[in-house]
Amino acid sequence: MNIVLRLAWRNLWRHARRTWLTIGAMVFSNTLLVFMISLQFGMYGLMIDNTLQVFSGHMQIQAPGYKDDQKMRQVVPKVRPLAAHLRQELGTDLVSARGWAFGLASSEERSYGIGIYGVEPEFEARVSNIPGLIAQGRYLEKEDASEIVIGETLARNLRIGVGDELTLLGSGVDGSFAAAVVNVVGIFNSGVREIDRNIAEMPLGTFQEVFYMNGAGHQVVILAPDLDQAQALQQRVEAMLPADDGLVVHGWDALQPGLRQAIQADMSSAFFMYGILVILVAFSVLNTQLMSVLERTHEFGIVMALGLRPGRLGRLVMLETAMMGFIGLLLGALCGALFTTWFTVNGFSYPGMEEMVANFNLPGRVYPRATLLTMFAGPLVVFVFTLAAATYPALRLHRLHPVEAMRTN
Amino acid sequence: MSAVRCIDLCKTYRQGDVDIKALDHLTVEIEKGEFVCLMSPSGGGKTTLLNAIGGLDIPDSGEVWIAGERIDQMSKGELADLRLANIGFVFQAYNLIPVLTAQENVEFVMQVQGVSSAERRNKSFAILEEVGLKGLEGRRPAEMSGGQQQRVAVARAIVSRPELVLADEPTANLDSKTSTELMELFTELNEHHNTTFVIATHDQRVQAYAKRLVRMLDGRIVDDVEQHAA
Repeated sequence: MNIVLRLAWRNLWRHARRTWLTIGAMVFSNTLLVFMISLQFGMYGLMIDNTLQVFSGHMQIQAPGYKDDQKMRQVVPKVRPLAAHLRQELGTDLVSARGWAFGLASSEERSYGIGIYGVEPEFEARVSNIPGLIAQGRYLEKEDASEIVIGETLARNLRIGVGDELTLLGSGVDGSFAAAVVNVVGIFNSGVREIDRNIAEMPLGTFQEVFYMNGAGHQVVILAPDLDQAQALQQRVEAMLPADDGLVVHGWDALQPGLRQAIQADMSSAFFMYGILVILVAFSVLNTQLMSVLERTHEFGIVMALGLRPGRLGRLVMLETAMMGFIGLLLGALCGALFTTWFTVNGFSYPGMEEMVANFNLPGRVYPRATLLTMFAGPLVVFVFTLAAATYPALRLHRLHPVEAMRTN
Repeated sequence: MSAVRCIDLCKTYRQGDVDIKALDHLTVEIEKGEFVCLMSPSGGGKTTLLNAIGGLDIPDSGEVWIAGERIDQMSKGELADLRLANIGFVFQAYNLIPVLTAQENVEFVMQVQGVSSAERRNKSFAILEEVGLKGLEGRRPAEMSGGQQQRVAVARAIVSRPELVLADEPTANLDSKTSTELMELFTELNEHHNTTFVIATHDQRVQAYAKRLVRMLDGRIVDDVEQHAA
């Protein structure tokens, strides 16, 4: 081994207890960072997946401007053939066409304004959880049946149940009056109050007939196999769209800006806390290395007298710090990985968590998401701050005067 | 060309409220291959002169020339390079790096000089044998006697065959036998390699080996005589 490396390594262990204490602080913070970041990303993944799988999907094809100002006439032409084409080209069934209209839903006793979705019964279950959340009755079966499924809250508000008739009133795509009487065949409970109160689903064929859609719809919903693949899939879909229709593809973050903002807000507060942790570790390193440099002032004076430039001495101090930081990084990442892996199998929960996470449609146990990023991002930041903390003691050596340094005991 | 040339050097230290003139308009010239002893009572200025010659301390005024190069105006880095390439230091307190073995201490300076690993190894073994430390290469300073440590320090100072060796009280912590061995080693290097030695000492035994004795008092040279070495 190179003598400078040997010197740096042995210098580290002159005060083994102090070195281990500093490394211990790094290992503790790295373990905590690996676990917390993995848990955080696991929670975000669940939040996103659970929210998107309920209804909006990872992406949607829409007419330009439809997302911000939903108007009936902003349509996706030939929506079902387009969805079929995408299913074939992408080699996936996770694609479904939809239409949407605002209408008045009336039972014998009450009326409520709701969003009426026309869906493809065969494929809707692939992109949305709602077909699987039927609490009473069944989900839609035929493309042209006069049937509807509604949320539990809406059913309660309208005071109707499975088998009852529901009258729908609205306006067609051309502005004409649209009306239909449909049978309630199922009642779903998504757990999201907004959805259960405001949404109803009917077969897309029937929807197109009732609202004079002429084969058009308003969305093609696409679900990626997982969140990591969504971006690449979106690019493929964009490339496959007919150029003359002027359609656009919106990603999940555009479809669910509230979700993105909630994640960003949570990340900001979490990273602020991580920042404090990293700075505390950096100060611990600064203290150790400053002590180490002060203790060796006499020795540094000697090697300067022998012909070492202060810069080389500074690099020696940085090398010692890098060695210490690297041990902290490896041990911290290892401990963090072991700790996190246990929780990825068994899940993580604490009292009161269930109530808190229910707002985000999450289950009571969260499973950390361990990736290379979550394993090493935190420890690498600690490593960089560790090096940064050692720059002051290293730079201090430039002020050292050999004769004065050698007089120091 | 002189190995060392000091012209009108002045250096004043402040100790409390008192100014102490360590060098007082001192001028001296040392030729290549000379073996010079700087003698003075404590506080006479010999260590200050040695530090000025080695570029460890900058005089308040005057000029210092080493091998034809003026050094008193050089930067810290340039002085470090000069010391690394041309000057070997031997200190009173040995000043070895405690975490390195004898051989590593000797190799350390060569590594900084950029000498290859194999050459470093060969040279360090050879020089440690030359100073009588064969078999002790793997010992750390704490595992060696004072005399052995000083020999390692000497080996470190001369391994790169510097043109100039500056030694500050090199025998102060040594017994008479080890002192004699050390001075014989210096004499041999001086005679065989034409290395210039400037040694600051109180030790009468060391003076006996010098070819030139420079006596100092209060920062000035009061006597400068040539003598036949023992």
